[in-house]
Amino acid sequence: MSEIDKQPGRLRPAPENFLSEEQVKAVGSGRRDFLRKSFLAAGAALATPIAARASEGDSNILQNPPWTTSLGQPVATNAYGMPSKYESQLLRRESPGLARVGGASVSFAPLQGLFGIITPSGLHFERHHQGWHDIDPSKHRLMVNGSDDSLLKKAKVYTLDELMRLPSVSRIHFIECGANTGLEWGNVAVPTVQYTHGMLSCSEFTGVPLKVLLEDCGVDYKKARYVLAEGADGSSMTRTIPMEMVESGEVFVAYGQNGEMLRPENGYPLRLVVPGVQGVSWVKWLRRIEVGDMPYATKDEAVHYIDLLPNGLHRQYSSIQEAKSVITTPSGGQTLLDKGFYNVSGLAWSGRGKIKQVDVSFDGGVNWKTARLEGPIQNKALTRFNINWVWDGSPAILQSRAIDETGFVQPTYGQLRKVRGVKSIYHNNAIQSWKVVESGEVSNVQVL
Amino acid sequence: MFRFSKPLFVFALFSASTVAIAFENYQGVGRPATPAEVKAWDIDVRPDFKGLPKGSGSVERGNELFEEKCASCHGSFGESNEVFTPLAGGTTKDDIKTGRVKGLSSGELPQRTTFTKVATISTVFDYIQRAMPWTAPKSLKPDEVFAILAYLLNLQEIVPADFVLSDQNIGEVQKLLPNRNGMTTDHGLWPGASAKKGGIGNGGKPDTANKACMKNCKPDVLIGSTLPEYARTAHGELRDQNRSFGPVRGTQTLGPEAAKKAADAGTLDLATKSGCMACHGVKSKIVGPGYNEVAARYKGQTDAETRLIAKVKAGGQGGWGSVPMPPNAHVKDEDLKTLVQWILSGSK
Repeated sequence: MSEIDKQPGRLRPAPENFLSEEQVKAVGSGRRDFLRKSFLAAGAALATPIAARASEGDSNILQNPPWTTSLGQPVATNAYGMPSKYESQLLRRESPGLARVGGASVSFAPLQGLFGIITPSGLHFERHHQGWHDIDPSKHRLMVNGSDDSLLKKAKVYTLDELMRLPSVSRIHFIECGANTGLEWGNVAVPTVQYTHGMLSCSEFTGVPLKVLLEDCGVDYKKARYVLAEGADGSSMTRTIPMEMVESGEVFVAYGQNGEMLRPENGYPLRLVVPGVQGVSWVKWLRRIEVGDMPYATKDEAVHYIDLLPNGLHRQYSSIQEAKSVITTPSGGQTLLDKGFYNVSGLAWSGRGKIKQVDVSFDGGVNWKTARLEGPIQNKALTRFNINWVWDGSPAILQSRAIDETGFVQPTYGQLRKVRGVKSIYHNNAIQSWKVVESGEVSNVQVL
Repeated sequence: MFRFSKPLFVFALFSASTVAIAFENYQGVGRPATPAEVKAWDIDVRPDFKGLPKGSGSVERGNELFEEKCASCHGSFGESNEVFTPLAGGTTKDDIKTGRVKGLSSGELPQRTTFTKVATISTVFDYIQRAMPWTAPKSLKPDEVFAILAYLLNLQEIVPADFVLSDQNIGEVQKLLPNRNGMTTDHGLWPGASAKKGGIGNGGKPDTANKACMKNCKPDVLIGSTLPEYARTAHGELRDQNRSFGPVRGTQTLGPEAAKKAADAGTLDLATKSGCMACHGVKSKIVGPGYNEVAARYKGQTDAETRLIAKVKAGGQGGWGSVPMPPNAHVKDEDLKTLVQWILSGSK
């Protein structure tokens, strides 16, 4: 791609610099097709009105484009609006080789092109354990029962009609898979922020606090200290949640996501929201809540989602997503257009509360500057940070470091590996580094 | 503005504070679950075996069932790494004695299997019962689950070949699990009460303690790892995974030829998934004509694409010999279009 093609709207220096250096070199090296194409392009330029000539200005300004000189489309042309056709690049994508069955795989959210803190519902990351279904809400039921009768006055069944009559809450929370960044424990493995950090999304969820339902069933909080959440999919995935989180009112049974119902891939019509805890506990297609007096050691807390330590022990029931951040623009697999000013932008989050501060380094962590946080800053939600940067064209290593309201500072790779080794898979919240080279290409590196 | 009289105001406050505990207040919402309903859905089995159904199954019966229902994904001996990570292998007689899988810390284990990790036998029973087989979850009867689990335990050399696993002896088997002592909850990532207070973990104490240093924080920058070249291109054309405008562009990772190659590979994959490659070769006849022959016959025909799409969809006989081509209604229209365009443009 030539410099000119890369930056539309910049006026072409004409006529003596009509060919870029790159194109001149191509001609010099015998690639005459390049020259032919250039002349064809020049011919096309001559055929257009004189106003379009570069010396007078940008043809996009001098000549009104069709959308300014014709009638547009009527309302409700798209009854459910879709993104512009020019936005086809930003899609959920799988990482090749990560899983061999689509029903038990992951698709990553394209963080490299998203703004603010809300993930568009259609780009929310996916993780299914036995495929997804589009469940008929009129046939969906939520059962609440006890592992024995003494823990609950009565087991109950709720329909969506009934759940949606109850007092609701709407809260913005991040959800991050425990295995996010898990490919990178040992070494750099994937090229872009979509694949390093894209098992991360943030939505406004609407639903009923679980404590409302448990109390409606007459739960005995003294005995029932654990909750088992179960899905209605084939895997009927189950996870243990501590009753303390339920009692605090934080955990809720959600049907709404970003103003509409949940998307099928995200649990339609009902999922659990467990703020600050890894995504696997946010059981989708939620069909049953059991209160119990001990943890359940389900498959996804006894075979998977356990963190291997260097001494051969596995950490079990590791759930909280600790403070973490990543720069999304510029990030791996992107190329800066030119020297000069950039708004470096990224995301920070903590499973222990609000983000207090984010610092950014441009020299691989030797010196740091505090970034601007875009408000309002919310509990266990993504927080957008921005910082000014003038790139002088020399190599740089960009990093971000989150600090949460508990004072916890996001660790370096060196610090994390020292205690957990490189085989944990889960809960990698190390500081991410992006290396910028003279050409402007940004790539994934790890700084210890 | 409406003003509460004082007694009414006090009453309003009182009822608000009791809303959360008095379940009668949500009148008309929810109904008691019947015992049959609870029985139908409450299938979980806990580590103390609460919820375990009565039943039994032999290693021998398990072997038959496994071959029939499980081996296509997991391999006949639970060893396969083709579809899922392996179920069996990786433990020793000594591990069964100690309850700690030595390979997990010695580095001798090439890959963790289910039995190198799991510390609770209830977990395996529960998951087979609720989620297996992959395409027909919850179709196994309790006796079948016991049998399949017995077979897996035998593969792991935990029980002998003539063993019959049952709700009566599963507690004894638990005491032989090779990694039964392999879990720790001494960490700060449990969001509930700490072990000291009757819960799990250390009460949320983190295991790293970075400092928010701002100036001259270290003498030099140590790069531990950079992106390997194969990983740069393994995720396709990165240029096309970013906007074509804005402050940056996606880096071009594949040349135009590589991009065509990747597209070809993708379409070949689609053709394989759609079942086409069972009868057609790209460069050779199998049952049906090779795609090179198809492209040659339709070359230069302007309506080739439409005609071929219709033919593939409906199936047909006679054009290429006597073997009929079955209809392919299962292939989505857009996929059909991609496939036909690929064939006509000289598939590779």
